[in-house]
Amino acid sequence: MATREIISTGNELAALAGVDAGCTFFGGYPLTPSSEVMHEISDLLPKVGGTCIQMEDEIGAICAVIGAGMAGARTMTGTSGPGMSLKAENLGLAQMAEVPLVCVNVMRGGPSTGLPTRVSQGDILQSKNPSHGDYKSITLCAGTLAECYTETVRAFNIADRFMQPVIVLLDETIGHMHGKADLPTVEEVKAGIVPRKRFDGPAEEYFPYECGPTEPAVLNPMFEGYRYHFTGLHHDKNGFPTEEIETCRKLIQRLEDKVAMHEDELESYEEFMMDDAEVMIIAYGSVSLAAKESIRHLRDEGIKAGLFRPITIWPSPAKKIKEYTDKIKKVLVVELNIGQYHSEVERASSRLDIDGLFKVNGRPISPYEIVNKVKEL
Amino acid sequence: MAFNYEKYLRIQKMPTLWCWGCGDGVILKAFVRAIEKMGIKQDDVCVISGIGCSGRFSSYVDFNTIHTTHGRTVAYATGVKLARPDKVVVCVAGDGDALAIGGNHTIHGCRRNIDITMIVINNFIYGLTNAQTSPTTPQGMWTVTQKIGNIDPTFDTCELAIASGASFVARETMLDPKKLEKILIKALEHKGFSMMEVLSNCHINLGRKNKMVSAMENLEWIDNITTSKKKYDAMTEEEQLNLFPLGILKQDLEVREYCDMYKDVIDAHQGKRAKITQDDFKKKI
Repeated sequence: MATREIISTGNELAALAGVDAGCTFFGGYPLTPSSEVMHEISDLLPKVGGTCIQMEDEIGAICAVIGAGMAGARTMTGTSGPGMSLKAENLGLAQMAEVPLVCVNVMRGGPSTGLPTRVSQGDILQSKNPSHGDYKSITLCAGTLAECYTETVRAFNIADRFMQPVIVLLDETIGHMHGKADLPTVEEVKAGIVPRKRFDGPAEEYFPYECGPTEPAVLNPMFEGYRYHFTGLHHDKNGFPTEEIETCRKLIQRLEDKVAMHEDELESYEEFMMDDAEVMIIAYGSVSLAAKESIRHLRDEGIKAGLFRPITIWPSPAKKIKEYTDKIKKVLVVELNIGQYHSEVERASSRLDIDGLFKVNGRPISPYEIVNKVKEL
Repeated sequence: MAFNYEKYLRIQKMPTLWCWGCGDGVILKAFVRAIEKMGIKQDDVCVISGIGCSGRFSSYVDFNTIHTTHGRTVAYATGVKLARPDKVVVCVAGDGDALAIGGNHTIHGCRRNIDITMIVINNFIYGLTNAQTSPTTPQGMWTVTQKIGNIDPTFDTCELAIASGASFVARETMLDPKKLEKILIKALEHKGFSMMEVLSNCHINLGRKNKMVSAMENLEWIDNITTSKKKYDAMTEEEQLNLFPLGILKQDLEVREYCDMYKDVIDAHQGKRAKITQDDFKKKI
């Protein structure tokens, strides 16, 4: 695999990934610590004939992105927790109407205005259900600078495959981290683009929302002779509002199953020194960097620790977690919140003795804090 | 020859959810006649509506249609238009949709002067949700949330659009469908943000406790509170106070359209023109 070396930041790499992955529309609103995504892409997109617009608010940004997606563009927005809260209702419309988009959320301290310039991983559960109602979110989480790029690229292909928003979680530490990243070449990224499916038959035989019970809608771009209807209401095979009992039930079940039945396509995680591990640390995002450092120290002291790092956060790699937690007694979830993923590990493992190391003061977790905690187990 | 509405309407979705005597249908028909007269292909039109009675507008017309969340029509339309600047993008919103929950997007759509035609159907009340106060409900009228009389000051849709920078602003009523059709054509033809306010009736929710229980009584009230711009301009301030002027209230052909300006951004980034500076604009501050 050919690679290229780029010195950049996590936020800027996410922007670069968007453009390389064929994004032609970005709608955003300034929000610390994510603003550099928009700063960078506002230069990159017009260079390739695309559009970046700073909207009047976070809601306007997500709406413009969904509109451009309905017109056929690959689209992206960037924000942080407060913006996610504001975007929530329209992320729900994109789930319901099945409009793909990529939403990069660079996490800061919350709730509310929280700690704007400091790190947190407090949006894990929000990214699972940002909007009301039933659907199945897809959330990816970058744990290295290079992944700010590669996971954003992957998010675009997943969004078009599953026809729904895909959230890419960065955290403030990784978003603002400046360093070297080994990235795939642009040619390789372009060759890997899988655009959304489209229907090429006669318009009268086109039913955008008539698909298999575990498959996404097939939505042709607007203005191409296939006139149909987008709505956030429960809808029939042509997208028109309906309250017919079976149609409503099938629609919501399909929104769940189109992801649930294809979790293997989404599953992604890293195992670090897990082969002989007697202590399993579960961490993601920037915390996993500290966890790896702590594992080296622990191993120097003869403690066989290993890291399991989910990259696809939602749906969670529950089967793999269960596999490990069935055989490893000491399990420690380390995260910058009060146990948001810890509860998912408890669920996946069916165990209530999972340990946690949590921090919510806006500061990163140091390797030594993890080392000390592991020694206490 | 009778107009072939079946070509433009989704007849299988009829009857509409609108009440008997509602003005929305008159506006809908005037709109499709305007599209036909202009010779625009159905595939080239996108109609975007929000939430409220007007929200159902998009599902009844056979174009590319989007039924968005409450108040967000202009924001969705901005994305559609920037993705496809060559297409005709139309928003249909109610007074609550456009001026209350969606007020910010309306203001900034006007400010950008992006080539969208926004039809605001103003019936002075929240109809779909049963008679709550809207930003245009006249003070002193009964609403279900202000049963002893509304004290909230009102918005003037067109004044707001003019102040916000829309380059085309017009007001009509649904009382004269032919005139409405003509002015809709002007709004659609205009390149830039076109605000087209249409005053309409809601005798069911506005009328029932405000002494306008029939459509005719409600329409008579609309007739009494409107006059042509020409007559309005000749009046004293006192005479103008309780009247809405009808017709084209503003049309600025000089101000540049947003998608057009964004082409300059692309050209500048691609080295095809110099950077954009203050010298490119007449208005400096």
